[in-house]
Amino acid sequence: MSALLEVADLRVTIGSTAAVRGASLTVNKGETHCLVGESGCGKSITALSVMGLLPRGAVRETTALRFAGEEIGRYGERQMERLRGDRMAMIFQEPMTSLNPAYTVGSQMTEVLRRHRGTPRAQAVDRAAELLARVGITAPGLRLGQYPHQLSGGLRQRVMIAMALMCDPELLIADEPTTALDVTVQAQILRLLAGLQKDLGLGILLITHDLGIVARVADRVSVMYAGEVVESAPTAALFAAPEHPYTRGLLTCVPVPGKAKRDEPLGSIPGVVPRIQPGFAGCGFRDRCAQASAACAGTIPRREASVGHEVLCTLPPRWGGAAAA
Amino acid sequence: MLRFFLRRFAVAVLVALTVLTLAFLLTRVSGDLAISIAGPNATQADVDAIREAYGLNRPLVVQYFDWLGRAVQGDFGQSYFFRDRVANLIAARMPVTVTLGLVGLAIALVVSLPLGILAAVREGTWVDRLVGLVAMIGQAMPSFWLGLVLMIVFGLQLGWVPISGVETWDGYILPGIVLAFSAIPSLTRLTRSGMIEALASDYIRTARAKGLTRLSILVKHGFRNAAIPVVSIAAVQLGFMLGGSIVIETVFALHGVGFLAWESISKNDFPVVQAVVLVLALIYIALTLLADLLNAVLDPRLRTA
Repeated sequence: MSALLEVADLRVTIGSTAAVRGASLTVNKGETHCLVGESGCGKSITALSVMGLLPRGAVRETTALRFAGEEIGRYGERQMERLRGDRMAMIFQEPMTSLNPAYTVGSQMTEVLRRHRGTPRAQAVDRAAELLARVGITAPGLRLGQYPHQLSGGLRQRVMIAMALMCDPELLIADEPTTALDVTVQAQILRLLAGLQKDLGLGILLITHDLGIVARVADRVSVMYAGEVVESAPTAALFAAPEHPYTRGLLTCVPVPGKAKRDEPLGSIPGVVPRIQPGFAGCGFRDRCAQASAACAGTIPRREASVGHEVLCTLPPRWGGAAAA
Repeated sequence: MLRFFLRRFAVAVLVALTVLTLAFLLTRVSGDLAISIAGPNATQADVDAIREAYGLNRPLVVQYFDWLGRAVQGDFGQSYFFRDRVANLIAARMPVTVTLGLVGLAIALVVSLPLGILAAVREGTWVDRLVGLVAMIGQAMPSFWLGLVLMIVFGLQLGWVPISGVETWDGYILPGIVLAFSAIPSLTRLTRSGMIEALASDYIRTARAKGLTRLSILVKHGFRNAAIPVVSIAAVQLGFMLGGSIVIETVFALHGVGFLAWESISKNDFPVVQAVVLVLALIYIALTLLADLLNAVLDPRLRTA
């Protein structure tokens, strides 16, 4: 498998907050890479950095930001415009507000193709109808003429996905695409993404805080905490042998059928994600970590626990015996 | 869409009827019409004769429907001062006022929309603050004073445009600018705040993620949504311009409806004053209806409401 997206040592500063502090990750072709962590860990900022959609005032630095082998970190706004919506697409957490209320579904979908490929309207409409059907929308012809307020949240998210696929992108970034939807719709959307990936060979960067989703769809997982990737591993390895205390904490917060016992409280991680100032040294998790020691205030080593399983922690591999979760 | 239109139209007709009724009642509660028409030196016999001649001795309800029936046909009676029908007087002066109002609104929009968009895009920078300052100065400037200053500079000293009258088209330039100044501050501020709200919205982020050009994001996706409140206020402003051009028509000696109203008030020519107020109120109602329809075109969510 070859790397579709490589992010190396990404740093994003917004005002006096270090939102992302040296995050690295790789998304391979046809692979789903999940980015997990609590709110405020820098997951969305990482995704927006890749797309070049950071809010005004945010400063981005990387040692490498490669897309399909090309260094896009130095790209200007014009070059990024041409890439976005064409070769890399993004869908968002808020399907209710992410479509423009003033235009029909058809107009918003065809616009992408017309912009990037100069496709004539009639052909673009055909393509939009085809994709709406592809994402499981019945009567696509009718939906194309409707306005967003006439559609439910689940339908709108399907429209967003179909719209993202208009130009056959190589990379799809999905920022919590199912969080705002109810559970049955969530499952449908996830199945849809998995199916599309298999058929189209998409690389997907999926941001979520739902470990149940991760277990079902991810090939690889990166756990983010306070702007850093604290652990990264193939999905099976991460669930079987989580290393970082934060990852273990996250896993104890989720009930596992057959494992969670009645009358035994689920785990929780005390405290909240801190706001990190530039110049902060050491592990961002140490104030909430039961295993913290003096070494945690120094430079934290990045260790390889097994092949492709990296951890950013001072603790020895397999600390505390077998996997805690 | 048709249902929406019919509902708004029905409301507009109801408001218009209310205005007509109020206009009628106000003339009746302001004292005995026959006495005021007859003048201070009239005898009782004169007053009785006038009461008979104008039908003022009939029951109020009969007078009301008689008046209403003629008013909806555009018959507002005879002017006391001018030897003409009121309807003719207004019809002759309306083109000047409407042209002036449209010129004023056009200038106001051409100035305030780009300024508002610019301020929103550069929110919080010196550009934004400069636009805010210009809007504030514009609002603080009395229109008669601005009119006179423009007249002196561009009419008398530079001689670029006529200082009064509208015999040629360029006579509309100076009064149009003065009229526009009253609308520019509110339209600019509204455009700015609407654009700031629109640009911060999720659908703008989507538009950027689609790789659309900056122009398309700003105008097609941003301004289209910011324009909705601007349309409503622009309609109200045009109403103000048509009704409130009395000062400007007087300063620039334009014989429009505002000038007619000023003359009629000073000469106690009450049928003319009443008709001018009525016509302006009806124009106002029509403009509000038009704004509602334009908004329904701009915002599909309103059509089902």
